[in-house]
Amino acid sequence: MTPDTALHVDAPKSFLRRWIFSTDHKVIGIQYILLGLFSAILGTSLSMLMRLRLAWPETHFPLLEKLMPEGFPGGVMSPEFYLAVLTIHGTIMVFFLLTTVPLAGFGNYFLPIQIGARDMAFPVLNMLSFWTTFVALLVLLASLFVEGGAPISGWTVYPPLSALGKIAGPGLGAGQTLWLCSIATFCAGSMMGALNFIVTTLNMRTAGMSLMRMPLTVWGWFTAASVALLAFPVLLGGGILLLLDRLAGTSFFLAAGMVVSSKVITRSGGSPILWQHLFWFFGHPEVYIIILPGMGVTSHILSTFSRKPVFAYKAMVLAIFSIGFIGFIVWGHHMFASGMSPVVGMVFSLLTLTVGVPSAIKVFNWLATLWGGRIQCTAAMLYALGFVSFFVSGGVTGLLLAQPAIDVYFHDTYFVVAHFHIIMGLAAVFSIFAALQFWFPKMFGRHMSETLGKLHFWITIVAVYAIFIPMHFLGMAGAPRRYAQFTEFVYLRNLQGLATHISWAAFLAGAAQLILLFNIFYSLWKGKKTIDNPWSATTLEWVISSPPPHDNFGDTDPVVHRGPYEYSVPGDPTDFTLQTTAPDSRRPQ
Amino acid sequence: MIATPPAAHLWNGGSSPYGVGHKKLGMWLFLVSDSITFGALLISCMYARVSSPNWPTPFPAWPSIAFASLMTLCLLTSSLTMVFAVDASKRGDRRAAVRNILWTVLGGAAFMVLHANEWLRLIAEGVRPWSNPWGAPLFSAAFFTLTGLHMVHVFTGLIYLLIVATGTRSGKRTHEDVEICGLYWHFVDLVWMFIFPLIYLMSVSQ
Repeated sequence: MTPDTALHVDAPKSFLRRWIFSTDHKVIGIQYILLGLFSAILGTSLSMLMRLRLAWPETHFPLLEKLMPEGFPGGVMSPEFYLAVLTIHGTIMVFFLLTTVPLAGFGNYFLPIQIGARDMAFPVLNMLSFWTTFVALLVLLASLFVEGGAPISGWTVYPPLSALGKIAGPGLGAGQTLWLCSIATFCAGSMMGALNFIVTTLNMRTAGMSLMRMPLTVWGWFTAASVALLAFPVLLGGGILLLLDRLAGTSFFLAAGMVVSSKVITRSGGSPILWQHLFWFFGHPEVYIIILPGMGVTSHILSTFSRKPVFAYKAMVLAIFSIGFIGFIVWGHHMFASGMSPVVGMVFSLLTLTVGVPSAIKVFNWLATLWGGRIQCTAAMLYALGFVSFFVSGGVTGLLLAQPAIDVYFHDTYFVVAHFHIIMGLAAVFSIFAALQFWFPKMFGRHMSETLGKLHFWITIVAVYAIFIPMHFLGMAGAPRRYAQFTEFVYLRNLQGLATHISWAAFLAGAAQLILLFNIFYSLWKGKKTIDNPWSATTLEWVISSPPPHDNFGDTDPVVHRGPYEYSVPGDPTDFTLQTTAPDSRRPQ
Repeated sequence: MIATPPAAHLWNGGSSPYGVGHKKLGMWLFLVSDSITFGALLISCMYARVSSPNWPTPFPAWPSIAFASLMTLCLLTSSLTMVFAVDASKRGDRRAAVRNILWTVLGGAAFMVLHANEWLRLIAEGVRPWSNPWGAPLFSAAFFTLTGLHMVHVFTGLIYLLIVATGTRSGKRTHEDVEICGLYWHFVDLVWMFIFPLIYLMSVSQ
């Protein structure tokens, strides 16, 4: 293809247009990642506070009382404050870290590059998506500072208590309203982002980039965006109804005959179960929005560092799609304990178990990709292997929880907490670590430290398993979630030692993240300088310089001649063949 | 880089492999997502209906249903004029396109005026989001929520139509812009075709 100078675009000169209100997908991607980093630091700190309360329920912390006198009367965290911390931890982690960074962060940065585009289909809409999400985060944080503080209803904000206003408890007044406004805004931002991702993937692929030549990362982002486009509207609809219940006096989620705070509630006619349906119709696909980009990144990295093509690429694409699809018809498994016809329960149970099939296909294919490969144990590879480990260990407990008879016992115990933290929290977080370590040189032109990365990986994986494996036993013993303290329960008193152990492991895992933070900021300025293709990888982001120029591909659009994972092709002089390598340029046909 | 084109059966690059431009595809995706928002609300309201023993059917054929039918007629007619507008702009007849878009705006505005009148009449009868004189309080909650959200869409649509009309007159907007605007307008109409039977026709007083 002949160079075309008309294709070349320079970055805007003004600081504001280039770095703040930028329409460049790469800058927006980094903005999303920084927003996620802030959320991660806040969310992790909140979990440390919770673990402090759970490990030493009666110890006084005068310092914390001085910092937060309302939350720590007498130096002990009040149960209401514990619930507020729990709610904000859950909300911030699920929405502003796990939904935001893998999809909107890395997706924004790398999806256009990997399909050979110069930007997203709607650059201005892309900028709007980020700033909408930013406003949503500010509104959520504002809920911490209003009268009564943050809501205490958990990230699922179940009515009736969340619909009644401040008579239902502290934080359920202005705090809850702000929470709903924040999440409604977040929905709008995510829907704009998802629309942009889909149009970009369908319409902006470069010549030769047919659908089945797209890297699995692109398939992961594309499917996650499709799921987001179809799931977030339902949360938005439910959020509107809950806001109306709170502000306009309707009673969509309020049934008759309630007495709250010794007051008779006169509203009637609605059903709190309706909220659960709406919420989980969104909520279950949401966990796939979180995990699908991680699956893409993991496939990408495992292939690169095994120097082998991804095993059964087509089956991987199909598995990603079927996981996305089945995600929409299993929401009822969150509601087995809410009262449900056994027939409906059985249907939801069977459908849920079906998710195990494509999930197993993915795991087997990952292992088959590794099999016989020349494995390079880089830090990014370790993180990706960590993802596989969590996906298996968290997925297995999912099969248990999918069965109504077992779930009725495990529901709302620490077993569930351990399950979803492993499968959705840790797996996704490790895919973020992997993506960061893998793409950092491309994004900033410098490597993150391999030694620090490996150190961080080993401490973190040991510490988090030390948290969550024992937590399953806590759940099996019947410890209920969302309680600030369970020493009052006679049957759990002997398990206090286990709770203390979990807290120590959590503090270790939290402290290990300081290594990562140090690694990020040290490497930004002092890291080892990199080249265009430091990992000898094959996809389009490695064709261009590190960091990429503003217009990604300069004067020529790339032309794609082959699939994304052509490693160790027999007869080729190198063990990787770039997607842009023409068939006849390397060897005779 | 080697100047060998990729095999012909593979995608050759560009901006519309499926014959649909960015904006039109974007609008379709928005409509998919918006229809799910409405779907969630409609299903919620029907859930409330079937689970309430005293769900009222308060609308008499005259005047309520008659007026609602008139509103429906306005909206349907505006969709027809929108079809004329899209057709005219396809032929390159910008004057006729603008004229028909303005007719569409008139139809939509008539719908809004009639609907606002309906709301005022019901409010005067003592109907509130939290109560109504006829039975289950959720009836009026559902009524105001669904028709309210629909009215927001109609109002947004009127502004959108006026922007496109101005742009078409000056030549700034292309045929595709008119067509995309038409997609949105027909969608608003389609949503009403669900609300009208579910809220009005199923509530005819016996």
